[in-house]
Amino acid sequence: MTTATMAHEADHHGPPKGWRRWLLSTNHKDIGTLYLIFALIMLFLGGASAMVIRGELFMPGIQLVDPDLYNNLVTNHALIMIFGAVMPAAAGLANWMIPLMIGAPDMALPRMNNLSFWILPAAATMLILSFVVPFFPGGGTQINTGWTLYPPLSVQVGMSMDFLIFAIHLLGISSILASINIIVTLLNMRAPGIPLFKMPMFCWTWLVTAFLLILVVPVLAGGVTMLLFDRHFGTSFFNAAGGGDPVLFQHLFWFFGHPEVYILLLPSIGVLSHVIPTFARKPLFGYPSMVGAMLAVATIGMVVWAHHQYTIGMSLGAVSYFMIGTIIISIPVGLMIFNFIATMWRGSMTFETPMLFAVAIVLMFTFGGLSGIMLAVVPADMQYHDSMFVVAHFHYVLMPGAVFGLFAGVFYWLPKWTGHMYDEKLAKIFFWVNVIGFNLTFFPQHFLGLAGMPRRIIDYNVIFTEFNVISSVGAMIFGFSHLLLLYIVIKTIRGGKQATPQVWEGARGLEWQLDSPPPFHSWTTAPQLK
Amino acid sequence: MSVIAKPVVGLITWLLLLTAASVRAEYGLNFPEPAATSARQIYDIHMMTMQIATFLLVLVFAFVIYSLYFHRKSRGFEADQNFHKSWFGNWSWVIVPALVLAVDLTIASNAQRVLEAVWEVPEEEDLMDVKVVGHQWWWEFDYLDHGIKVESRHVGKEKAGDLYLREVDNRLVLPVGKKIRFLHTSADVLHAFWVPELAVKKDAIPGYVTETWVELDREGVFRGQCAELCGTWHSRMPIVVEAVSQQRFDDWLIEQNTLKVAAATEAASDKTWSTEELMEKGRGLYNSKCAACHQVTGDGLPPAFPALKGSAVATGPVAAHLEIVINGKPGTAMQPWNSLNNLEIAAIVTYERNAWGNDAGDTVQPADVQAAR
Repeated sequence: MTTATMAHEADHHGPPKGWRRWLLSTNHKDIGTLYLIFALIMLFLGGASAMVIRGELFMPGIQLVDPDLYNNLVTNHALIMIFGAVMPAAAGLANWMIPLMIGAPDMALPRMNNLSFWILPAAATMLILSFVVPFFPGGGTQINTGWTLYPPLSVQVGMSMDFLIFAIHLLGISSILASINIIVTLLNMRAPGIPLFKMPMFCWTWLVTAFLLILVVPVLAGGVTMLLFDRHFGTSFFNAAGGGDPVLFQHLFWFFGHPEVYILLLPSIGVLSHVIPTFARKPLFGYPSMVGAMLAVATIGMVVWAHHQYTIGMSLGAVSYFMIGTIIISIPVGLMIFNFIATMWRGSMTFETPMLFAVAIVLMFTFGGLSGIMLAVVPADMQYHDSMFVVAHFHYVLMPGAVFGLFAGVFYWLPKWTGHMYDEKLAKIFFWVNVIGFNLTFFPQHFLGLAGMPRRIIDYNVIFTEFNVISSVGAMIFGFSHLLLLYIVIKTIRGGKQATPQVWEGARGLEWQLDSPPPFHSWTTAPQLK
Repeated sequence: MSVIAKPVVGLITWLLLLTAASVRAEYGLNFPEPAATSARQIYDIHMMTMQIATFLLVLVFAFVIYSLYFHRKSRGFEADQNFHKSWFGNWSWVIVPALVLAVDLTIASNAQRVLEAVWEVPEEEDLMDVKVVGHQWWWEFDYLDHGIKVESRHVGKEKAGDLYLREVDNRLVLPVGKKIRFLHTSADVLHAFWVPELAVKKDAIPGYVTETWVELDREGVFRGQCAELCGTWHSRMPIVVEAVSQQRFDDWLIEQNTLKVAAATEAASDKTWSTEELMEKGRGLYNSKCAACHQVTGDGLPPAFPALKGSAVATGPVAAHLEIVINGKPGTAMQPWNSLNNLEIAAIVTYERNAWGNDAGDTVQPADVQAAR
């Protein structure tokens, strides 16, 4: 059978039925859905570990878990949220929306697309095994290193560290395959009449993200492979006694780890660049400067990694460079925030849930960015470093900057994907509970850090009690609010008011010309652009 | 509108409160009052960047809130479709970065000035060196100029009371008004030395010696904690600095020296110790040095820290037991304890072989330890 007739049949008979539709899928919409479901499951797993962490920190003393399990949860929470929830969710949005936005029939490499998703469940299994293996007889010690996996501690850990290293390898392969696919799609599959500099902003953010991933993920893979060799094959890459250097791992890790922050952030910036113009009913302010700012962030972001390691004893020259480089990032990021505010300015705004999230992101991400400038200042970082202040800071950038952006995207495009409008009233309740819970959780942690509470401790002195209580109460509100998200999403999938193709009054772009939901195969002939 | 404004106003109020001098140290909202000249400079740069950040935050909030209120469809505001084509739209990509750059330069230039003042240890003859070694999970302070070593461990809840996790058995005693250089390193994994009042934080890295310095300018007791995740009992590594006058510091040195000489004399005597004496000494030493991992009950915390109660090592041949205590077990958290003197090792090993129902029944004498070294 030729490809043409297969496509023809699919058009008439719809997608294949049963498990084959999902396991063997080469359809960007189905794979996008798989990514999103996977991310949602991981969000709840990572969230559950965060609930236990905050539950333990609710009061001084050791109540719920033992110290190693606590550290294991801290490690697990970070890895699951970053690699399991945020990155796959962003990849899910990319899979769904990029072909629709650029008028392509599908992703450029559909079979690789299938592979890059189906590696993920295997990776997640390894990741979860790394958490549970120590509970079995002979399973060795728990991973008590935090997600940074710094040696020598990570060399002492039992076999669960090996599971984790392989999980990271698999996740890395999956990310690189997905990135290649996105780059190839964006560079080759744009409909005639969409030059690179007129491409929708979400596509731009993903193009940059994909390049970042390809540049930095192999460095992490190399780093953890060296760790594996140190653990089992007698090398001494990170062992000073054998001529190695424990700090080398930190450099490798953060060479990946800092750009990773932008990998998490940029897709959400892309979502905002669509949501804000839609609900302000006017075009994105400063498209070219937005693209420029993003390229600048990606470039500078690659060369400031050691600001995560100010305390390792670098020379004055080195810390000066990393400090000034880091502060300079505020210029492109400030420009992005400015462009968002200028898009709202003199618009005709309405406040549906995606827009509420967008406004919250602009405000809270600005706050997180500003505490980031404080952290960049080396002498002051002598105080902030590895304290709860840092925990508060990076949750203020990653939660609004990445997660809320994904929520905005999900609510924005959910009617397009399902053909049903979501329950606006419930969604607004979700927004308020979520955002208030978030601020209640993380705002007090700034004070804890300044007062001297280190991060990653299971037990603390009574002077830190009050703010920890507030933070834990907030965390429970924040955590459980996501059940409402789950309910809204399921409810929308099952039914609801029929969505028009346009969905939102102010929405512009090719994706809104298709029906809601779009046909299984869309843009089989390239759209005509006026 | 009010639904948006309320949390926003609350947030701003909180931030403004933070910058107000009246709510400083007392409520634990900000850094504790600095106790060193360098820490004061660091405190000031912290306040400066925070004030700039707060000002910018208020500015952004003001513009957004204004826009949210006036530029909404429900007020009948028509979108200005040409806003991005105005002169401002055309030049904002230059204006905004220029303004941000000005802010950045203000912060960076001040920060650089402070950095240069505090970062490098002053090149002077008259520095007092203290080597700070991180261990799982205690600190060792080695007064290199005075030949005194202090082992500092957290104390239990019963003894520490409200200071639990912020109190130690032996404090880091330092004189006021003298430049002190800390040399940081670690015996096992990463740790980080952090005392907020001193504004010093430096990682302890095995194989590295890094340095920081401080000149204390007021007396007092300053409490900090290990700031780099170092395994199971990361939360139990407090650091307590006691800043005293030079006079009291000298007295303290004499006192420490006397104790040291007495201990050395006792250990060097060729007396044969009775089981009771060794058990008594051994219990104290075990509970302070070994119990963090192997527990007071001898049950350990498997799988990382094996039980000694009924273990093959503690009930088997003495030679193997001494070997592991003196040389440690590579690849695990069990470090070599060869820095202890013969009497101490003898007491610990005797205690481990006869406590918690272990019935090796033998007594290890300092001479046996000497032979095993």
